[in-house]
Amino acid sequence: MDEELEEIRRKRMEELMMSAEWPDGPQEVTDQNFEEFVSKYNVVLIDCWASWCAPCIRLGPIIDELAGDFKGKVAIGKLNIDENRDVPMKFGIMSIPTMLFFVDNQHVDTAVGALPKANIEQTLNSLL
Amino acid sequence: MEVLDVAIIGGGPAGLTAGIYASRSGLKILMFEKGISGGAANTAPWVENYPGFEAIEGMKLMDMIGAQARKYVEVKAGESIESLANDGNEFIIKTSKGEYRARAIIYATGSVHRRLGVPGEGSLLGRGVSYCATCDGFFFREKKVAIVGGGNNAATEAIYLKKLGIDVTIIHRRDALRAEESLQNTIASMGINVIYDSVVEEIFGEKKLEKLKLKNVKTSDISEIEFDGVFISIGDIPQIELAKELGVGINDDGYIDVDRTQRSSIPMVYAAGDVTGGFRQIITACSEGAIAANSAHEDLAKPYWI
Ligand SMILES: Cc1cc2nc3c(=O)[nH]c(=O)nc-3n(C[C@H](O)[C@H](O)[C@H](O)COP(=O)(O)OP(=O)(O)OC[C@H]3O[C@@H](n4cnc5c(N)ncnc54)[C@H](O)[C@@H]3O)c2cc1C
Repeated sequence: MDEELEEIRRKRMEELMMSAEWPDGPQEVTDQNFEEFVSKYNVVLIDCWASWCAPCIRLGPIIDELAGDFKGKVAIGKLNIDENRDVPMKFGIMSIPTMLFFVDNQHVDTAVGALPKANIEQTLNSLL
Repeated sequence: MEVLDVAIIGGGPAGLTAGIYASRSGLKILMFEKGISGGAANTAPWVENYPGFEAIEGMKLMDMIGAQARKYVEVKAGESIESLANDGNEFIIKTSKGEYRARAIIYATGSVHRRLGVPGEGSLLGRGVSYCATCDGFFFREKKVAIVGGGNNAATEAIYLKKLGIDVTIIHRRDALRAEESLQNTIASMGINVIYDSVVEEIFGEKKLEKLKLKNVKTSDISEIEFDGVFISIGDIPQIELAKELGVGINDDGYIDVDRTQRSSIPMVYAAGDVTGGFRQIITACSEGAIAANSAHEDLAKPYWI
């Protein structure tokens, strides 16, 4: 019994700590910190973009809003494909914007294009 | 609730220019743009036919026009108009974020890319199929791509891709390109291949695009050619759903019907730019936006139908 309580307490603490250090807004993800970022959180969305891509810039504010709406649930990162070549190569990205979705460090879904916010929300909710 | 004089739908060249003119004439306006301002012109690799600029990147030109417009107009970016109605007095505008009222509406909603509608197009989107050379050309450097289309946009995109160091082939369904002669000359001098009289029938690929199936429309011959990517640039579809909600007249070609003053079939409703068809360019979109704003200003001061 005590052990069970201890376990619950430990879990609560972990959750609390997680939410306390949950990032504000989307985080910059690079080839270097990509694996660390994706493995640190349960559900992760990575927005692959570049400054010369108009639809990417169109998607930007939506990603910002989602980072707020899903704070504590989905970690959202932005990866500039102009500066980071390894991740796009690994996931065979040939079009931007592309959003990569991860659950428990596993790549589970990919979405291409500046999709409406509702569509992205739907995907995220289905992963939670 | 404060009633606007004019609500402008769309922040491309037409909407932005309408905003500049309407606001400078003293009208109280707001502009709604579901994405970022600039519209389709944001994806033009460069623009060489907008007077005052010998050559300028589409995104840069639109940033400049956007900055100028913002001196006068509040642009509600990221706010899309979801529905429109008329209660007999005013237009009621429901957006993704709220509700507004306006005495006049200017449609400047532009268009979206037309799809080929062939097998493989949807499933290989983002894995070789693209509608935006400036977005995705980067991924195909030193590879081989096809451009489907024969107009100015297709030609400009082909030249842009070739300059990135890509092996480019244009696939066009007619026996001559429609693009203007200066672009055709560039295409010839750069050694861009053109396959005439041919349409894409299917796009093949397992994990990514591998080849295209082409049909010669004159001989009916079928061929399969290997490519790494295909850029589809076969024109656009006007965004008229919102106009239909108000019952605005649509012409046989599917564009909003307007007269030379950009007035639509409904009083106090105007349209400008690509959504009205005709010669679809930045300069004409700007021009029509200016005219639409002027007509709205005239009608708000003195309705022509009374
Ligand atoms: C690749 C390419 C290259 C081109 N090159 C050239 C060139 O060199 N020279 C030239 O003159 N022209 C060029 N064009 C054409 C030019 O871009 C268009 O003619 C011009 O952008 C049309 O302007 P517009 O304002 O009518 O529409 P758009 O630019 O399409 O703008 C419409 C805007 O309305 C918004 N909108 C739509 N519905 C809603 C809604 N419900 N609520 C809120 N907002 C909405 C859209 O998001 C969009 O931003 C090119 C086009 C392309 C695609």
